[in-house]
Amino acid sequence: MMQHLPILQVLLPLLAAPFAAMLRGRDVAWGIAFITTGTAFLISIALFLEQRALGTTMVYELGNWAAPIGIVYVIDAASALVLPVISGVGFIATLAARQLVAAEIDPRDHSLFYAAWLLTIAGMLGQVTTGDAFNIFVFLEISSLSAYALVAMGSGRDRRALPAAFNYLILGTVGATFYVIGLGLLYMLTGTLNLADLAERLPQVEETRAVFTAMAFIALGLFLKMALFPLHFWLVPAYAHAPSAVTALMASTATKVSVYVLIRLIFGVFGVEFPGLADAVGLAILTLGIAGAFVGTLAAIVETDLKKLFAQSSIAQLGYMAIGIGAMSATGLAAAFLHLFNHALMKGALFLAIGMIAAQAGRATMGTIQGAGKQIPITMTAILFGGLALIGVPLTAGFISKVYLVRALLEQNFWLLAGLTFISSALALAYVWKIIEAAWLQPRPAGAPELSETASQYVPAWIMVFATLGFGIYATPLVEAAFAAAHVFIPSTMGAN
Amino acid sequence: MSALLDPILGQWNYYLVIVLMMIGFYAVIARGNMVKKIVGLNIFQTSVFMLYISMGKVANGTAPILTGDPNTVYSNPLPHVLILTAIVVGVSTTAVGYALIIRIQESFGSIEDDDIIAMLDDEEETS
Amino acid sequence: MSAENLIYALLGLPLLASALVLVFRNQPNLRDGQAVLLGLLSAAAAFQLYLLPTGASLTLVELAPGLTLTFTPEPLGKLFALVAGTLWPLATLYTIGYMRGAKEKNHTRFMFFYAVAIHATMGIALSGNLLTLFVFYEMLTFSTYPLVTHKGDEAALKAGRVYLGILVSSSIVFLLFGVLGVWAMAGTLDFVSGGILASKIDPFYVPPLLALFAFGIGKAALMPLHRWLPAAMVAPTPVSALLHAVAVVKAGVFTVLKVSVYIFGIDFLKETGGSEWLVWVASFSILAASIVAMTKTNLKARLAYSTVSQLGYIVMGAALATPLAASGAALHIAAHGAGKITLFFCAGAIYVAHHLTDIKDMNGLGRTMPITYGAFALAALSIIGVPPLAGAWSKFMLMGGALDNGYLVVLGVLMVSSLLNLVYLGEIVIRGFFAAPTHKIIGIKEAPVAMLIPLSITALLSLALFFAVDLLILDFGG
Repeated sequence: MMQHLPILQVLLPLLAAPFAAMLRGRDVAWGIAFITTGTAFLISIALFLEQRALGTTMVYELGNWAAPIGIVYVIDAASALVLPVISGVGFIATLAARQLVAAEIDPRDHSLFYAAWLLTIAGMLGQVTTGDAFNIFVFLEISSLSAYALVAMGSGRDRRALPAAFNYLILGTVGATFYVIGLGLLYMLTGTLNLADLAERLPQVEETRAVFTAMAFIALGLFLKMALFPLHFWLVPAYAHAPSAVTALMASTATKVSVYVLIRLIFGVFGVEFPGLADAVGLAILTLGIAGAFVGTLAAIVETDLKKLFAQSSIAQLGYMAIGIGAMSATGLAAAFLHLFNHALMKGALFLAIGMIAAQAGRATMGTIQGAGKQIPITMTAILFGGLALIGVPLTAGFISKVYLVRALLEQNFWLLAGLTFISSALALAYVWKIIEAAWLQPRPAGAPELSETASQYVPAWIMVFATLGFGIYATPLVEAAFAAAHVFIPSTMGAN
Repeated sequence: MSALLDPILGQWNYYLVIVLMMIGFYAVIARGNMVKKIVGLNIFQTSVFMLYISMGKVANGTAPILTGDPNTVYSNPLPHVLILTAIVVGVSTTAVGYALIIRIQESFGSIEDDDIIAMLDDEEETS
Repeated sequence: MSAENLIYALLGLPLLASALVLVFRNQPNLRDGQAVLLGLLSAAAAFQLYLLPTGASLTLVELAPGLTLTFTPEPLGKLFALVAGTLWPLATLYTIGYMRGAKEKNHTRFMFFYAVAIHATMGIALSGNLLTLFVFYEMLTFSTYPLVTHKGDEAALKAGRVYLGILVSSSIVFLLFGVLGVWAMAGTLDFVSGGILASKIDPFYVPPLLALFAFGIGKAALMPLHRWLPAAMVAPTPVSALLHAVAVVKAGVFTVLKVSVYIFGIDFLKETGGSEWLVWVASFSILAASIVAMTKTNLKARLAYSTVSQLGYIVMGAALATPLAASGAALHIAAHGAGKITLFFCAGAIYVAHHLTDIKDMNGLGRTMPITYGAFALAALSIIGVPPLAGAWSKFMLMGGALDNGYLVVLGVLMVSSLLNLVYLGEIVIRGFFAAPTHKIIGIKEAPVAMLIPLSITALLSLALFFAVDLLILDFGG
């Protein structure tokens, strides 16, 4: 049983999805989703612990066909770290979804909603586990197609979800197709699609124009999927108008998986010493990352719709992950993994808390939450802590990732970039404090909707808050796991810890 | 003359792929009509299918179906398999896209990008 | 008690007090009484720790590999803990009198964050490495924000924005940058006697790195990052007294001093001359703030600018980079703390008893409030630097330090500044005792006893410190 965990991790939600769709009745569908994501979470924890204990890469051969003929699933330090993020957020979001979906989605659609929900989680888990480049594309499309449907389900409450989903579909498909084009070129050059095999054969064809073109297509496609500035325009409307549960799930996981795939391809296949990589791609990612950090933060400062505000903040936070990748060092990659992990926790907490407000008031804007600190103190405290973590206040998870991000930049002597990173993260104070001030220090306007909170509404967000604080106060194991993940791609001799 | 033309004629399939790719991509970007966008997306994806299929062709190779003759040269079957998957994905995308367009038409009464953006801006101002 | 247990006590007692404030939120007497009691206990603990030899160290948790929350009391930190620990119970007692006398709302919230702020201050004082210091530094900023905006009106919110904006952004953009820069270059963040940067860093980079700290520590209110301090005066006076005369601003200059002594090292700074520019910036801050103080007629605003000026002394002590000046700066933390808290206590007493905030309306008030004005005069003289009051010693040592280094101009700056102090603080005393009263107030009308006791004690403390100064002079080698 244990040796089949890598495939069960993906297969379980994939197979549970049709059951959720067929079994009518919203409680049944939710129950299936809840049990499935819970089990998936346990599996990923087991995989993580097993990988940490073994310290090696676990390879699972589908149908006992060895690579490169067969498709393999690979559990190494990197995928073992990202899997619990997806399944964990998926599980907590499912816990919250019961309330959120009941409030926002037509009861007849619930079973279909949970089917798509499970499919998108399965697709993301698949992208992380698989060791085959084309298989990544298939899972990418499984998760994306169901995500388009999930976003569009926001239309019952907010019709703007429809054009948002459509644009998301167009740009998502363009991104995925770019990825496939790049992959096709690589296949022509090497005759393999297995990631490990590709990495072995690519040095024979380095310095050819085709391989650079392939790299450019793949990188561009994944930039689009991970919403790296300036290819981020699909993200904000899609997050803002999607059902609240979907926003929470996707903001914490969807773009992260693309970041992971980018790392897998850029570092795992091409390798950090690939000619031209550090200069061209590294510089591009660094520049776009810091630009995204500023653009996202500034846009968040002027935004009044809370979902849009935190979606813009996600653009900025993705910029930080990109900076970690662009530093092209082990510490930088570790920082990217750390931030991937930590940002999933804090954005999960924020969007779950905001979702509960949006589900009650129809929309969560600055006006909705004005003076809400007295009415729903527990929910607003969750938002306070999530916001502090976004700024990177010490003793929250956000501080740890920022420390390592800057450390990576200073190791490379990128002093200016480190300074810019600090400035942009200090600017985050402006949009976070705008919310805190409105919620706690301003009076509730007359005629504002009554907000209430019950344990079932705030517990999911608070689980995330506790994780954010826990990984801020005692992050040593996480940091070690992140460095182990980074060393999968860049051997430890190349970057000191 | 042939020194100049050979690289072009010898790789005509790839040039075709690129032309198709650009036509499709242009339609996706430049057209405001959502149906046309989906059509463009399809052309774009088809060009990629052709890229894969033509790379699987082996000179003088037949279709990769076992003939029993050990001297038969087969084309590479793997790209075909990959593209079968990709076609399925493409069809699903098209289906989801058209489903969304129908819902947009029902909800907004238009499938033109510009109209919908204008309507959304109005909504934003009044809300 | 062992030093480790005393560290636990100093960090834990304020947290316990804040928790009990929430528990007893519906029993005001119990809620406030326990805070004073725990404050007295922490004062005793701080005193005992001060007398114990150094060397104890306590690691709470390892945030990340190599980044720990560690507490290592060294002489400077123990002195600061003693100052904060002694003034906390007095200030709490005063707060009770003020909050009830001025009928402020949200008493429980106020007391809660007040105690949390003391916890953060203790964390700063006892921190054993830069990371711990930074963690508690930020905690102090965020925990005092609700105190600054306590009134909740538009003016308070605006002041709160300035307060948080300057303190947090300077700490993230400069201070954290400096901390991580030190980490990258020295490989450690521990406070070590003699510094950790010597031989690790090109002397060329010393001035910019020091600048990251000097301006990153916004709490030190070095000009031009001083705006938050006058802005924070919208807070109720107990906040201004304890936090903006003692805990917050002293945490700032304490950090500057600690960084220059235990991170850069006095000798290293002196050899490289990396802190020379800071001497001039501090001089400017001292004089400019004094001049601004003279133009203010709001009592608290004047005291705030006086604080900005006095903080310059301590930064100056760090920048002069001689053992004598550093000892003088450390002493000034205590001397100015005792003096300025008294002045703010008096300002609050005047407000509660007579609702006056403007100096021009306070003519003749000394005859109505003899105890308050007597205390005010004593504290003012201490800050001006008149013997036999505590401020005389620290100023004297700073001047000695300046002479050691041959900064004759600095000597002049310190003297001019003392004169300016005399003008703007003396005016208040003279108006109080000698000007013809503008109000017809007959007989004696003092503030509540709960306010008079603390302000008398702190005023006498200024006097006592002059004679007990041996206890407070730290030896930084040399």
